[in-house]
Amino acid sequence: MQLLICGGTGCRASESNVLKDNLEKELKKRNLQDDVQVVETGCFGFCEKGPIVKVLPDNTFYTEVTPEDAERIVGEHLVKGRQVTDLLYTDPEKKEKIADSKHMDFYKKQIRIALRNCGFIDPENIDDYIARDGYQALGKVITEMTPEEAINEIKESGLRGRGGGGFPAGLKWELTRKSQADQKYVVCNADEGDPGAFMDRSILEGDAHSVLEAMAICGYCTDASKGLIYIRAEYPLAINRLKKSIEQAREYGLLGDNIFGTGFNFDVELRYGAGAFVCGEETALIHSMEGERGEPTVKPPYPSVSGYKGKPTTVNNVETYANVPVIINKGAKWFASIGTDNSKGTKVFALAGKVNNVGLIEVPMGTTLREVIFDIGGGVKDGKKFKSVQTGGPSGGCLTEKHLDTPIDYDNLIASGSMMGSGGMIVMDEDDCMVSVAKYYLDFTVEESCGKCSPCRIGNKRLYEILDKITKGEGTHEDLDKLRNLSNVIMDASLCGLGQTSPNPVMSTMDNFWDEYIAHVEKQECPAGQCKDLLRYEVVPENCVGCTACARNCPVNCISGERKQVHEIDQSVCIKCGACYEKCKFNAIRIV
Amino acid sequence: MGKVKSLDDLKKMKEEVQSRINLREKSDHPENQVQVKVAMATCGIASGAKEIMDYFINELDKRNIDAIVTQTGCMGYCYAEPTVEITLPGKEPVVFGYVDTKKADEIIEEYIKKGELIDGIIPVTYKTIDE
Amino acid sequence: METIKLTIDNKTVEVEKGTTVYQAAKKLGIDIPVLCYMDLGDLNIEHKPGGCRVCVVEVKGRKNLAPSCNTEATDGMEVRTNSMRVLNARKTVLELILSDHPADCLVCAKSGECELQDLSQRLGVREIPYQGEQSHYREDTSPSIIREIDKCIMCRRCEKMCNEVQTVGVLSAIHRGFESVVAPAFEMNLDHSVCTYCGQCVNVCPTGALTEVDNTPRLINDLANPRKTVIVQTAPAVRAALGEEFGMEAGTLVTGKMVASLRELGFDYVFDTDFAADLTIMEEGAELLDRLTKHLNGDQEVRMPILTSCCPAWVKFFEHHFPDMTDIPSTARSPQQMFGAVAKTYFAKKMNIKREDLVVVSVMPCVAKKYESTRDEFAVDGNPDVDYSVTTRELGKLIKQANMDFKSLPDEDFDKPLGESTGAGVIFGTTGGVIEAATRTAYELYTGKDLERISFEQLRGMEGLRKASVDFDGQEINIGIAHGLGNARKLLEEIREGKSMYHAIEIMACPGGCIGGGGQPYIHGNVDILKARQKAIYQEDDNKKIRKSHENPYIKELYEEFLGKPMGEKAHHLLHTHYFKRGRKVYID
Repeated sequence: MQLLICGGTGCRASESNVLKDNLEKELKKRNLQDDVQVVETGCFGFCEKGPIVKVLPDNTFYTEVTPEDAERIVGEHLVKGRQVTDLLYTDPEKKEKIADSKHMDFYKKQIRIALRNCGFIDPENIDDYIARDGYQALGKVITEMTPEEAINEIKESGLRGRGGGGFPAGLKWELTRKSQADQKYVVCNADEGDPGAFMDRSILEGDAHSVLEAMAICGYCTDASKGLIYIRAEYPLAINRLKKSIEQAREYGLLGDNIFGTGFNFDVELRYGAGAFVCGEETALIHSMEGERGEPTVKPPYPSVSGYKGKPTTVNNVETYANVPVIINKGAKWFASIGTDNSKGTKVFALAGKVNNVGLIEVPMGTTLREVIFDIGGGVKDGKKFKSVQTGGPSGGCLTEKHLDTPIDYDNLIASGSMMGSGGMIVMDEDDCMVSVAKYYLDFTVEESCGKCSPCRIGNKRLYEILDKITKGEGTHEDLDKLRNLSNVIMDASLCGLGQTSPNPVMSTMDNFWDEYIAHVEKQECPAGQCKDLLRYEVVPENCVGCTACARNCPVNCISGERKQVHEIDQSVCIKCGACYEKCKFNAIRIV
Repeated sequence: MGKVKSLDDLKKMKEEVQSRINLREKSDHPENQVQVKVAMATCGIASGAKEIMDYFINELDKRNIDAIVTQTGCMGYCYAEPTVEITLPGKEPVVFGYVDTKKADEIIEEYIKKGELIDGIIPVTYKTIDE
Repeated sequence: METIKLTIDNKTVEVEKGTTVYQAAKKLGIDIPVLCYMDLGDLNIEHKPGGCRVCVVEVKGRKNLAPSCNTEATDGMEVRTNSMRVLNARKTVLELILSDHPADCLVCAKSGECELQDLSQRLGVREIPYQGEQSHYREDTSPSIIREIDKCIMCRRCEKMCNEVQTVGVLSAIHRGFESVVAPAFEMNLDHSVCTYCGQCVNVCPTGALTEVDNTPRLINDLANPRKTVIVQTAPAVRAALGEEFGMEAGTLVTGKMVASLRELGFDYVFDTDFAADLTIMEEGAELLDRLTKHLNGDQEVRMPILTSCCPAWVKFFEHHFPDMTDIPSTARSPQQMFGAVAKTYFAKKMNIKREDLVVVSVMPCVAKKYESTRDEFAVDGNPDVDYSVTTRELGKLIKQANMDFKSLPDEDFDKPLGESTGAGVIFGTTGGVIEAATRTAYELYTGKDLERISFEQLRGMEGLRKASVDFDGQEINIGIAHGLGNARKLLEEIREGKSMYHAIEIMACPGGCIGGGGQPYIHGNVDILKARQKAIYQEDDNKKIRKSHENPYIKELYEEFLGKPMGEKAHHLLHTHYFKRGRKVYID
């Protein structure tokens, strides 16, 4: 028998380590230490109800276990074989006690569709993929379905573009199908540019065949015989595995001429990007593939009418493609049964920031931010207070406490002032200054703007400058007005999605954290204590013992004072590095 | 393996490879068949997964344990890389996080050899499409 | 023709399908302000990158504002060009552009001709609220063009001209975001690039980012120096455009007033490049006949067709892009350089002026001519045949500085002997003119007959690529004409592939020929002005008593007294040149 105890940060904060000691003591008392193992595990992701204890092999799942409960678990459950019912989880809706975690809805919030094979198959062995129904969907589509039927299936599934825009994938395919041309193209957008987002890379590294299969299906549906994957050169492993997968698929006759003996030809080539964020925009991506400067052009015409080399081109993102074979295999109805009214299926998020379980997660559309951050993510790190979550990459918005119970889908996120983007999700705690956060994201968009249209090229720079001014305590109310007007105009008048969304972090932080802006402007204060220029390190004379630790560690020698005398910081020289604060053992340095 | 010429071909091939994989997953010789999967995506490799994979291959060989060590993609537990999934014959897979060579040694000695769970397990938190 | 109906500012308009919102509004008399947009109608050059976002309008049902220049009008569309949302966005965008633009209008070369300046007046900008960092780049001065790209607003018109129209490929956007600007690759200097100095970029630049090198201070110095004899030659296209600088209607011929103003400025002799154009015909025509006769007699060694070589931008273009074909163009120097060579030898000797005391200035519709005059092969012991060249625009400014009321100046005649010209010399100023002038002379010399009709209408027009055949008394002569270097490239590629059907080809780098040159008064997108200038050129030709170069009495005198025969030894030495296989090598600074 085994007892699994959660050793995650959240549970430890609720004394799970003491609980572990107590359980071991109880076992020893009863001389069971050789029969029952106590094992500390990683976070169960259900920190709200921690500490968690799981009993194997019967899978009993105890929640909110205190160190004092150790005796009962050992005495009742292990010795007498009776579950300790008051420690079992109560289903909040049905009010029933549930013992086995497998039956708990709340627990397995994730469902892996796009990531179904990641971490499961050997990505460099096509047999592993075939064993998991690989290429069955392609076979089914080209031998048993007409292109129209297949497109219909995708349309009915409700699959929307996972790259950020959320355009219905089936509709896109249909538009390309309807465009007449001697040559058409299928393009996979693997130019994952959001800082912190890496789901596309993971899919290509873990399950490249699913993307190849979907591209071939798209090729069949749109009469395209050429597929191109635009991938950033900074993804060498993904490139490597893609190359291997393409080779294997060709060897098996699953790419190339006369696939499944039907006369359908389709092959895939790679195109490398140099890592410009704007090249994730489809027209910019196409120009980059053509060898032109990576910058967008006005739409329409859309790529489905005039894309790569002026030919009709379907551009979908990696994650979108990864969903396609499953939709064909399991049916549109099955897929459409997952998610919300207008957003079907799942979405992969790269969960990052001040959250315990940083990682890649895949949840059904409609899962709330609270579930993602607290249940799956294991809550905010170090027991700090949740402040904000930024979704949708650099052009997304910062959402707050009040948005936590909003079901995540394309439309809700936009309505809340953010967006789905490619699925970055960054959690911020009480120590994060929201003006600085907005400034950080603007710094990124200023860097990554292509420079073609004036509002984005110059406007974002000015936004950044004003934010910088505010974080230095030099902002005025007029600056706040300028921020608003500029943000509105940049969003309204920019050429492409980059500029049309880049002020989102500014707008959303102004909407949700107005007080912080006001504090910076009116009182020259940074409530989160992040803006260096607004901080002062001071010696607390009554605590200072004159140990000289601060003075010895100050990199600019701005602390003076005799040994055993109260020290003093020269504010005109101080660079606010915080070294003195860190080194002082007597709480004699304070931040004001 | 030859070319796949029809959907039937593919289905047949699936049966074949599946039985082979099943064989490696659910062996008749439990004392010989252990499957070790190392997450070898960029995140894993960056945290030292390659070294861990080599360690498993060499050490299992040295210690005369007949196991299959394969690589796989990202399992999503990026906070706990390198991650390794161990499937003992007839048992549910178990994922261990923060695996270094010391931990790997412990996994071999305690879990693979004796079947005893050790600290550092990562509970599986997702459903698959087959469920 | 399918038409659609839409409403703009509550007015309904019916337009052809495919029309943009901007054009549809124009039809209603609504003039939406634009900045990066450029439509050179009859030249088939349209530039609508949708980058400046000044022309944005509100389209009902669309989330974002749409650029009217690049949004196709659709049936039932409802557009607002003047809602407060639009006006605010437009003004804010302009304020942003101005916030990254040096506000040195008082001393800017483009002041008064600047489209950005006009726009900020029109939109009533009185302050720039979004102050911040401004982008700074290296200033780059070449023999012809100055790039002060701190003033670049990224309209990308120059890029369009350089890459798509001229296919020279020097200018393109570099860097990203706030740093982005149009420049040669790696920000190298123009004179290290394959730039031809055609000046089309200067012609379309809405601001002072691209301007010509200003030679007027040098000219004023020389005119003020009593020891120097300063003479001037004026190119044919100048007289058809100079009046525009003084508010005269486009296409007004101002030859006489121009001569009067130059004399007033203090030039010792006012001569005409047209004289040298006649001389060019004598040399180039002789060369054409020579090669043509050999070719028709089955000589395999002689390369056909023969290409004109009057245009310095064109010369530099083929030296860079077609170094394998430098034996095809005529070796005849351009009229400007023939003039210089004759002036500093024949004329100097005749007037007993020392070479170093004679300053030869040219007034050109061109900025490449500035560069041409600096080429080493056109100098004797470091003393250039043509000392320097000023553009039509520079001359206009100089006349204004000199307090002249240009419009009321009397008409005066050029000085002799280098001021006498024929109609053939005049038409050098437009596309098709050089080859027509050459045809007039070559026909008579080849056939020994007099032309019945002197005008060859089949060689005239504004099409970028034209072909015609002329009957040389039973011998069909095929002639090709290209203006714009992109069109020239097409003809050259045909030659390279051995598919060319021509005996002779005229090439001018600038769309329209010299009338559309990089040194002419700015047309601000109005191509009708070019047509009017072209008309004026042909009108001057019609007015001339003598219309064939070989009948110019002063040309005859020049050969008799000094040069000998066309293509003779002296002529070869003074009037012909050689080309350099430059290739596409560039220097990175």
